[in-house]
Amino acid sequence: MRLMVRNLDVFYGAIHALRRVTLHVDAGEIVALVGANGAGKTTMLATISGILRPRQGSVRLGERELTHLAPEAVVAAGLSHVPEGRRVFRPLSVEDNLRLGAYRRRAQRQAIAEDLERIYAMFPILRERRRQPAGTLSGGEQQMLAMGRALMARPRVLLLDEPSMGLAPLVVQEILNHIQNLRQKAGLTVLVVEQNARAALAIADRGYVLENGRIVLHGTAEELLNNHDVQRAYLGREREEACTGSGR
Amino acid sequence: MYWQREIECMDRETLELLQLERLQATLNRVVRNVPLYRQRFRELGIDPYDIQRLEDIRHLPFTTKDDVRQNYPYGMFAVPLRDVVRMHTSSGFTGTPTVVGYTAGDLRRWADLAARMLTAAGVTQDDVVQMACPYDLMSGAFGLHSGAERIGASVIPSALADPRRQIRIMQDYRTTALVCTPSYALHLADTLDALAANKTSLSLRFAILGSEPWTEAMREEIEERLGVAATDHYGLSEITAVAGECLERRGLHLHEDAVLAEIIDPISGAPLPLGERGELVLTTLTKEAFPLVRYRTGDLTAIDPTPCPCGRTFRRLARIPGRSDDMIIVGGVNVFPAQVAAILAEAGLGQVRHQIVLEREEHMDQAIVLLEAPESFCTDSIKKSQRLMENVRLRLRTELSVAFAVRLVEPRSLPPGAPVVDDRRSR
Repeated sequence: MRLMVRNLDVFYGAIHALRRVTLHVDAGEIVALVGANGAGKTTMLATISGILRPRQGSVRLGERELTHLAPEAVVAAGLSHVPEGRRVFRPLSVEDNLRLGAYRRRAQRQAIAEDLERIYAMFPILRERRRQPAGTLSGGEQQMLAMGRALMARPRVLLLDEPSMGLAPLVVQEILNHIQNLRQKAGLTVLVVEQNARAALAIADRGYVLENGRIVLHGTAEELLNNHDVQRAYLGREREEACTGSGR
Repeated sequence: MYWQREIECMDRETLELLQLERLQATLNRVVRNVPLYRQRFRELGIDPYDIQRLEDIRHLPFTTKDDVRQNYPYGMFAVPLRDVVRMHTSSGFTGTPTVVGYTAGDLRRWADLAARMLTAAGVTQDDVVQMACPYDLMSGAFGLHSGAERIGASVIPSALADPRRQIRIMQDYRTTALVCTPSYALHLADTLDALAANKTSLSLRFAILGSEPWTEAMREEIEERLGVAATDHYGLSEITAVAGECLERRGLHLHEDAVLAEIIDPISGAPLPLGERGELVLTTLTKEAFPLVRYRTGDLTAIDPTPCPCGRTFRRLARIPGRSDDMIIVGGVNVFPAQVAAILAEAGLGQVRHQIVLEREEHMDQAIVLLEAPESFCTDSIKKSQRLMENVRLRLRTELSVAFAVRLVEPRSLPPGAPVVDDRRSR
């Protein structure tokens, strides 16, 4: 089922945050949306998940029109959003945090227990820490918890906002592996937004580059990683070149 | 056989979505990086932001060969020179040269387009591909060369070796695929005759021909004399590869994921409905170094939207019989020299050397076709020759709506390569 965003225009007060953005994510794809801070990446996810209202344009999942749905209806339609900064409920235990993700289905106790089991299988560290307050988890563990909570809603599409932010390189790698697993094992479709373009493009099939609210480049992850504009602006390639003297 | 099946057989809805995404990104980039587009769009009050559907492209201004010339050398480049890894320059017969730059990514994508086209034309990794092309004048040769290597074929850049050596290379290395111009393919067939050899001494299976207009009659002759399946391809140095035929040989599949094609009325500039004949206008969708928006190719063709039995979903260009700037207008009627050549060939005269002469008498256009008398006229009965001439006159008049006078001249008396002499202005 294809997530399709067409000609999306979003204002933040007087600021034109997204300017006619068209993009799509095919079923089972991992697509990265990269760009500098303030390019409009978070706005994009917030609009898809119904938190912000577009001035114009449409968001569709398969045949289903999501554009004017409330956030909870978007979740019910199969899209879960893992926000920037993870937003776990620090005083609550890991398991209670996860149960919050199944809030919509609180009557189905058996199903919820199964889902918890599934998530613990995917993130064994969460099982170990199930009784601990979420606030005591490391950054990487909190990211796993945030992803696990989103999975409790049984989504088909996962929207990830800056999953690598503030994490050590090794932990970033672990999170990236988990994202790939979500696609492989749970068949999820993923739209991931990242300032860390190298990390996102390492696991993505395709990518879009957002600049000042406009898409300026679109290609396979490999094409974007090899693009000099992308390298200069988002991969820090210039500095490496200067150091090794290989720059022209 | 496909090179990139998932792209070549993409459903139209996905393709059009992809085209829109790439068009919008291209417009955002040209406005940011190419002064010509930034200024022109600003003057016309156009914001690429207003392009919401593919059809909206009709509101954008054209880019012409003159724009490219006037911004020579680097004005149209959309990336800094340090990102450009190759440049092709053409001296241009009409004066100011042009130059086109490519990033490493552009070259990779170009090679893929060529690989797709070669695969559609029958070439596989088991083929020996002989490139009998002028690499210095024909940038397309580089694309096809890289494409053939990408496929894994064995490539022989025989370039401008003389025809006898070309034949020798074909025989010694058992060349299976020949890349050249159609007229050169016929020249090689003549050389083969002159060497008293025949096609069975060759291992050729495919001929991938392009870079000049040619006719179905030429195709038949090439296929017969060289024992090949001959396919046509089309590209422009300003754009790179644009379209290529599959083995169905029913028109050239456009690389629609890389170029957006429109057909316009060459006089008014208005878009024409799908299927109608007019000038081809192209917008690049993936080029980084040298993107072009609504570039007027000067080539006249039509887009055929009917499905192709080969399974590719990309629409097909009709064979291109001539350029709009070759077009001659006789008494208000548009005629392409290649149409005249096709009629002569179909009437049974083969590739007879001829010339179209235009004169004006008392404000009336007179059109004459001078024909070198074919040798058969010496042996055939007078009546048969007269019937043939009458048939040619009739077909020219009915098919082209121009009453051409047809006159015979001495064999080998017409200069080669000057199909049209227009004396109307010199009087």
